[in-house]
Amino acid sequence: MARIVGIDLGTTNSLVAYMDKGAPRVIAGRNERNMVPSVVAMTDNGLIVGDPAKEHLTRNPARTVYSVKRFMGKGLADVQAELAYFPYTLTEQGGVIRFKLGEKTYSPPQISAMILKELKLRAETHLGESITKAVITVPAYFNDSQRQATKDAGIIAGLEVLRIINEPTAASLAYGLQQKTQGTIAVYDLGGGTFDISILKLKNGIFEVLATNGDTHLGGDDFDRLIADLFLEEIRERHGLDLQAYPDHMQAVRLEAERTKIRLSDVLKTTATLDLPDGKGRFTRELTRDQLESLTMGLIERTLAPCRKALKDAELTPGHIDEVVLVGGSTRMPLVRQRVQELFGKTPHCELNPDEVVALGAAVQADILSGGTTDMLLLDVTPLSLGIETMGGVMSSVIRRNTTIPAGAKEMFTTYVDGQTGVDIHILQGERELAKDNRSLARFRLKVPPLPAGVPRIEVTFLIDANGILNVLAKDMRMGQSQSIEVKPSYGLSDDEVEQMIEDSFKFAANDVSARKLIEARLDAGAMITATEKSLLEGSHLIASDNIAATRTALAALSVAKDGTDPRAIRARMAGLEQAAQSLTVALLNDSLTKGLQGKKVSEVT
Amino acid sequence: MARSMCWHCQSEMAGEYFCERCVKVQPVSKDLDYFTCMGFPRRLTIDPRQLETKFYELSRAFHPDFYQNKSAEEQTISLGNSAMLNTAYRTLRDPIQRAEYLLDLEAGAVKDIRTSPPADLFEEILELQDTLDEYRAADRDSGAAATLCAKLQSERTTLERRQQDMEASLQQLFTQWDALQDRGEATDRARAERDRILKHMRDILSNRTYVKNIVNDLVATIS
Ligand SMILES: Nc1ncnc2c1ncn2[C@@H]1O[C@H](COP(=O)(O)OP(=O)(O)OP(=O)(O)O)[C@@H](O)[C@H]1O
Ligand SMILES: [Mg+2]
Repeated sequence: MARIVGIDLGTTNSLVAYMDKGAPRVIAGRNERNMVPSVVAMTDNGLIVGDPAKEHLTRNPARTVYSVKRFMGKGLADVQAELAYFPYTLTEQGGVIRFKLGEKTYSPPQISAMILKELKLRAETHLGESITKAVITVPAYFNDSQRQATKDAGIIAGLEVLRIINEPTAASLAYGLQQKTQGTIAVYDLGGGTFDISILKLKNGIFEVLATNGDTHLGGDDFDRLIADLFLEEIRERHGLDLQAYPDHMQAVRLEAERTKIRLSDVLKTTATLDLPDGKGRFTRELTRDQLESLTMGLIERTLAPCRKALKDAELTPGHIDEVVLVGGSTRMPLVRQRVQELFGKTPHCELNPDEVVALGAAVQADILSGGTTDMLLLDVTPLSLGIETMGGVMSSVIRRNTTIPAGAKEMFTTYVDGQTGVDIHILQGERELAKDNRSLARFRLKVPPLPAGVPRIEVTFLIDANGILNVLAKDMRMGQSQSIEVKPSYGLSDDEVEQMIEDSFKFAANDVSARKLIEARLDAGAMITATEKSLLEGSHLIASDNIAATRTALAALSVAKDGTDPRAIRARMAGLEQAAQSLTVALLNDSLTKGLQGKKVSEVT
Repeated sequence: MARSMCWHCQSEMAGEYFCERCVKVQPVSKDLDYFTCMGFPRRLTIDPRQLETKFYELSRAFHPDFYQNKSAEEQTISLGNSAMLNTAYRTLRDPIQRAEYLLDLEAGAVKDIRTSPPADLFEEILELQDTLDEYRAADRDSGAAATLCAKLQSERTTLERRQQDMEASLQQLFTQWDALQDRGEATDRARAERDRILKHMRDILSNRTYVKNIVNDLVATIS
């Protein structure tokens, strides 16, 4: 069977991993970094993704998308409250959000697909084979629309998504594989955009999820926002500047807020620095960890209620939990660790890199699906209750939250009026009493033969598959006929739309590849030019003058090529420069070696 | 104990869930009850560890994870069987749900005897509803609210004890049921005993539901 890779499609960072001789391994990119920032920029030269796109956040904020995961499976009304924080223009079409980047609009699955393609390419480059199948992770608390949107993203990226698995359970697979644990564990996953808690029982290779809970809109992004708001407020007070009018500076503030937050996980005090527009100079602000903690305490507390609910649903108390595992970059915050430790009364585990453990687990699940690993089995649950709207706008539950998946339920429907030819069904997901307070998943109309009221009997089967995605079947019990139902998702792309997006993605592909080659070549050339200039400054006295002249000529040639549009020309000039600068490089290397030896005792050298 | 003929090779089925000849998974019949599906006799006392072991074993046999490389038919069967197994396990794992399910299966004899809560319980619940409404309407900081809250607290204790008593009686009936089944007599006396146990069980189960709901309501209101 063709290889299946595991993908962690994160709010902030995404990764791809595979099973390498029985051990899961993350695939690094050409820049040797394991994580691909989940950022997509639409530049004049085409689409770019990841680290290079991150540079466009401040350069071209209106056309650079980050945190797209927050928009998956959502309508515009769902995100109204935070629109002010995002620099890009959003619209809505058929219940699905669209990003307006330049002339065109893109749905969240399309943007996510660009990130997935980057990961796919990474895997293909590393493994030297074409990759068409993947397991993709989602937050455990993702609803049906968000899962479906993730699956659509995979399809648009040319990946067959064999399984959508929950991030905390994926983490438990990687963790369990490593530790050979038995017992009850709690996985606390606080990433960039989402929070999940899952409680699992591990026994003889079975990973049985007992309960899960979470908040799909709570993560590092929200901490950054609080810090950024603080900076913005003080900039307004001190400098009379409202940075809202400067989208590029708004992004700089957000990024500096994040860096400040990250530093405060290691140090007790740090200083944030921002350049202000219009020659207003600089803003500096010292922030202590205490201040950060009182700022973010409320948000961290918000993660504890879901933990308690999950425990309650699992019919357990904190004392029953044998081990607590931390996942997600935001669990590096000392206050998070402290609060989790207090709640469960146990020192949490963080042996595995919290950034990578989800992708590693996805690779394990991929290996299970391809028949490689046979002793492990994950039994997950559906995070939210599934129901239908009944008379009076009340939700009647059909499959309760925390039911092990695959899960099925049957409901019988009939008519209220003689000769009625259809019954409208509204499917909901959530825990609230009233239909309107829950998430609308889909509506459909059952076709019924015209008969006296109450005579027709239509049996509807709701089946939640192992991906946590709902399938609906209807059967006329009197005729024994099945009817196919066209379910109109409330917040999703139709099959036709997905089809169109796949086509579009192929159309762009050719353009994209050459544009991307050019961008990469330019970036590499830029780096080489900077490095060579530095070497010339440091090492000109070490080599002959004709060598220097040759290097300068090659340098100039590369600069010219870099401004052109031919990636092959750029690569050729780079090779030329490398050759010309060789004696310089060697001289510098020898020089640094000798210098390194000076001033050291002989005993230290040998 | 799937269908009597393999869907794939049409050979006679002897194996339980897999055809002995072509080794294909067989769909669990829709008519199979959860006890039979999980290989347990129709008893009301079940060792949770044994049940779990069986659940894990069958999960390994049916779960879609292990059918990724198989045909579309087998994948559909795997999905259906897993969903059925999960429902069976959920139902049998909880003693109350298990008993309710057994009542459904055995309903024939006792089906038409409708029960309503005994008069005293009914009175009590109505009165309690009134007190709850009063409390909800009262100003939280007033002395009246405090008095009502104390009253509700003591009601709660009484009701919770009542629920425990019911569960103890149920437990006895479960034991009686299992003993009767184990004896396996086909006499009129045995049949009468069977109906008595079933009816009694059903009365207690439905009363317990009343009590449980009102306790939940109480807890939600005063905490
Ligand atoms: N040392 C640190 N201290 C505090 N926060 C950190 C630290 N390192 C990373 N983070 C934060 O962790 C978040 C990213 O974590 P991670 O990569 O696990 O998220 P993600 O998987 O992209 O998001 P999600 O799982 O929510 O979709 C960012 O908000 C980042 O600022
Ligand atoms: Mg994550």
